[in-house]
Amino acid sequence: MSETVALPGFADPVGEAQATFRAVLDAMARPGRLHRAGAQLRAPEPLDQATAAVLLTLVDNETPLWLDPAAGAARGWLAFHCGAVIVDVPDRAAFALALSLPDLAALPAGSHEAPECSATLVLQIAALGSGTRYRLSGPGLREPMLLASTGLPEGFAAVWQGNHALYPRGVDIILCAGDTLTALPRSVSVEEA
Amino acid sequence: MPDALPPEQPHAARRRWMAVLARADADDLAHRLGALPGYQILRGPEAGLVMARGRAGGGGAPFNLGEMTATRCTVRTEQGFVGHAYVAGRNERLTELAALADALLQDPTRQTALLQEVIEPLASMQQSRRDAVSAKAAATRVQFFAMRNMRS
Repeated sequence: MSETVALPGFADPVGEAQATFRAVLDAMARPGRLHRAGAQLRAPEPLDQATAAVLLTLVDNETPLWLDPAAGAARGWLAFHCGAVIVDVPDRAAFALALSLPDLAALPAGSHEAPECSATLVLQIAALGSGTRYRLSGPGLREPMLLASTGLPEGFAAVWQGNHALYPRGVDIILCAGDTLTALPRSVSVEEA
Repeated sequence: MPDALPPEQPHAARRRWMAVLARADADDLAHRLGALPGYQILRGPEAGLVMARGRAGGGGAPFNLGEMTATRCTVRTEQGFVGHAYVAGRNERLTELAALADALLQDPTRQTALLQEVIEPLASMQQSRRDAVSAKAAATRVQFFAMRNMRS
């Protein structure tokens, strides 16, 4: 490891990882609902608290991680605290960390026999709860849910629908901003509101 | 385990002091280090299992001997030196002190003094303890002449 690690991980590794895992689980079950994660954490540049907490919780030495070059500064921290195997090509990744929406088609979408072999994208955006509004509908949502976010590119709904159409294959996204997260599982349909 | 390592190995000096620190006694080490400077814990101390591997025979492939408990800790001093420690067993205080000592030993301004005052006395103490055990065992050694003759 060439970079020096400057910041600790979770102060209470078991408790905080469990709380974050619960938040991710709830977020996947009820797409679009906002959850808090990692509020106690000092995240390394350029990661937000929720992003760092999700990675600490989910990534380990058995889950290859693809890093957006823009997040390269956090590489040493991730390697140390997660023991993550960092891969250079997204098509081998189990998790992907990005600061702007990457090409979803480049990430593994799983196969019809094993749709669980797809990647989960941890996408850090500018804000959740304000900005462009999207209408989500699908499993987990009795009525369509409105999700407001800042930082998703224009035309995101169309890109997402391409991924959603692959169901049961496809990529899941965990959106993170500050200490807030929400999830877009592949089963959810997104349209601009 | 050999204390003297081949000189061509990188980090040989660090490996040696980490090995000495890992076998030290927590109270003794704390006493020798004296007043501790400010530092931040990056990870641990946390206990876990590591697989100890062995080799059977001269050309034997490694096999898994069994798992043993080990404790690890990483600290960072205010000067930015990062120290690691892996210690057999679950002595968390010793592991934290050993990680701190490893970080301090990387500081060129403190290294010489620490090597002289902490590492060398600990190393010679550990060596004499090993020698005493070896001497005790050697006194009861049985020479199998038949075996020796067969091999020579």
